[in-house]
Amino acid sequence: MSDDTVNPFEGLTPTPGVAKPEPILVADSVQRRFGGLVAVDVDHIEVQRNSITALIGPNGAGKTTFFNLLTNFDTANSGTWAFNGRPMQKVRPHQAARLGMVRTFQLTKSLSRLTVIENMRLGATGQKGENLLTAPFRFLWRDQEAEITSRAEALLERFKLDHMRDEFAGSLSGGQRKLLEMARALMVEPEMVMLDEPMAGVNPALKQSLLDHVKGLKAEGRTVLFVEHDMDMVHEISDWVVVMAEGRIIAEGPPEFIGGNQEVIDAYLGAHQNTDIGAIQ
Amino acid sequence: MSQTISNALFGAIGISAIAYCLAAIGLNVHFGYTGLLNFGQAGFALVGGYAVAMPISNWGWSLWATIPVVIVSSAVFALLLGIPTLRLRSDYLAIVTIAAAEILRLLVSTPKWVNVTGSTDGINSFTNDIQNTIPGFLDEGFSLWKVQVSPYIAWVMVLGWLLVGLFSVLVWSLMRSPWGRVLRSIREDEDAARSLGKNVFAYKMTSLVLGGVIGAFGGAILVIGQRSAAPTSFQTQFTFLTYAIVVLGGIGRVKGPIIGAMIFWFIISFSDSLLADWTDGSGFNLPSWIMDSSNFSFFRWIIVGGGLALLVIFRPQGIFGDRKEQSFDVR
Repeated sequence: MSDDTVNPFEGLTPTPGVAKPEPILVADSVQRRFGGLVAVDVDHIEVQRNSITALIGPNGAGKTTFFNLLTNFDTANSGTWAFNGRPMQKVRPHQAARLGMVRTFQLTKSLSRLTVIENMRLGATGQKGENLLTAPFRFLWRDQEAEITSRAEALLERFKLDHMRDEFAGSLSGGQRKLLEMARALMVEPEMVMLDEPMAGVNPALKQSLLDHVKGLKAEGRTVLFVEHDMDMVHEISDWVVVMAEGRIIAEGPPEFIGGNQEVIDAYLGAHQNTDIGAIQ
Repeated sequence: MSQTISNALFGAIGISAIAYCLAAIGLNVHFGYTGLLNFGQAGFALVGGYAVAMPISNWGWSLWATIPVVIVSSAVFALLLGIPTLRLRSDYLAIVTIAAAEILRLLVSTPKWVNVTGSTDGINSFTNDIQNTIPGFLDEGFSLWKVQVSPYIAWVMVLGWLLVGLFSVLVWSLMRSPWGRVLRSIREDEDAARSLGKNVFAYKMTSLVLGGVIGAFGGAILVIGQRSAAPTSFQTQFTFLTYAIVVLGGIGRVKGPIIGAMIFWFIISFSDSLLADWTDGSGFNLPSWIMDSSNFSFFRWIIVGGGLALLVIFRPQGIFGDRKEQSFDVR
């Protein structure tokens, strides 16, 4: 929750698809079908700029699929969505990243046989040395590389990975890989960071520092959308929670509202958890 | 014995070693740095070889004029292979490239275009012009210990090693750059590269073209050195031996293909020469129930196969590889 400024969510009705004062991402009637199964069927969602929004839901709710659609790693059957007002449904994944929407993955994708610092340098965009014609001539990209390296080192220090700088990423622990992936995503300097289960497999000691990092992203003016099962994290850091079940958004609202919402409880525990089975027709 | 070692040393730096070395430099770009499973390096080499032999023999072009033909035709071949397959998983590229290489080989073998491709006999009459390009300092050829090298072969060797040096420097300078870093990130996980804003398809295509063109020069050197462009030089085993060389030298190392090719052809030439000596009926001879002069050449492949098996068990990173690096699972 933002403490110093006005809460932009003040006065919003907690209903699915509610309009936000300053949306960075707006999606309309997004559908993804796998054969007869409708994995994602989202009518309308808006993500508030410079906020931390959690996307939760039981397993198989379509959270990650929705994530993949928004970042164009998967193709939607229908629907439109816009990032900063720009339609995104025809964009390719790497272009989405360049436009400022960077994601991480549920199963971390640290590049094992690259060193930690190389992982970080890779994240920088607009590198002159990444062009085939300029690449062989070091003097053309040496200065930019030095600038990228110092930016990477600053981030590594912030994420407490600086002592691993020259190790292969494959030798990092699971939690360190999560940190590396987040730090690497920041090298792109994205406006919006999309984290797919940042807490999965992270030990409790690292958890707190990860939470602080996510809060730090907001403090820097970035927008965070994350998928998570860890309810402590959801309650602690999110400004707004969106709940998905069976592909649809069934509820959204501030974190304290979600816990008491009957639809959410039904989605997680089943609608008839207190009813006698014989009474269900 | 000194003749045998002399032959083996010549084999280590001879035409075949150079040709396979160039093919391996290209394959290293594909497989070692980008993770592209190209099983059709023989196809690229074939394109390069015929791109030299056909214009010279059919249309009287000069050797130098065929260089752009080698580059353009192998680049087009790479584009044709890459456009449909590089968006798919890497296994599909393997299937398509091995099929495409075989299709090319069968196309040049078919009697239908015998006037242009020479069919199964290949093209054998294109070396007169190349003979005229031999510079004066090679008029006598040279001798390597007990092996006398003819001026023609000496000239092809000079050209070949120049190409090896040129392409090795190019690959080295590219792979230390941010461009090479993107290739290696694609090898590790292309979705990660994509999520960081890299146009993975374009990089994979560039890599396929670059490695293909280098491999085509390998085919060109082989054809010029053998004085013959024949489909039998470009069977699938060309690709597999090239893979063996890349693995032997060290995957993803600039020196790997050079040292790998030299060692590989040293072993081949050494065992060939030694076994020929041991089955020729004079001096020491192996008992004929083990092998005789008609079948010893098969035996060397058994040696090579066994040696490679030992290599991947005891030194999976190859000669120059970094064992620590290789010990990480790619995915």
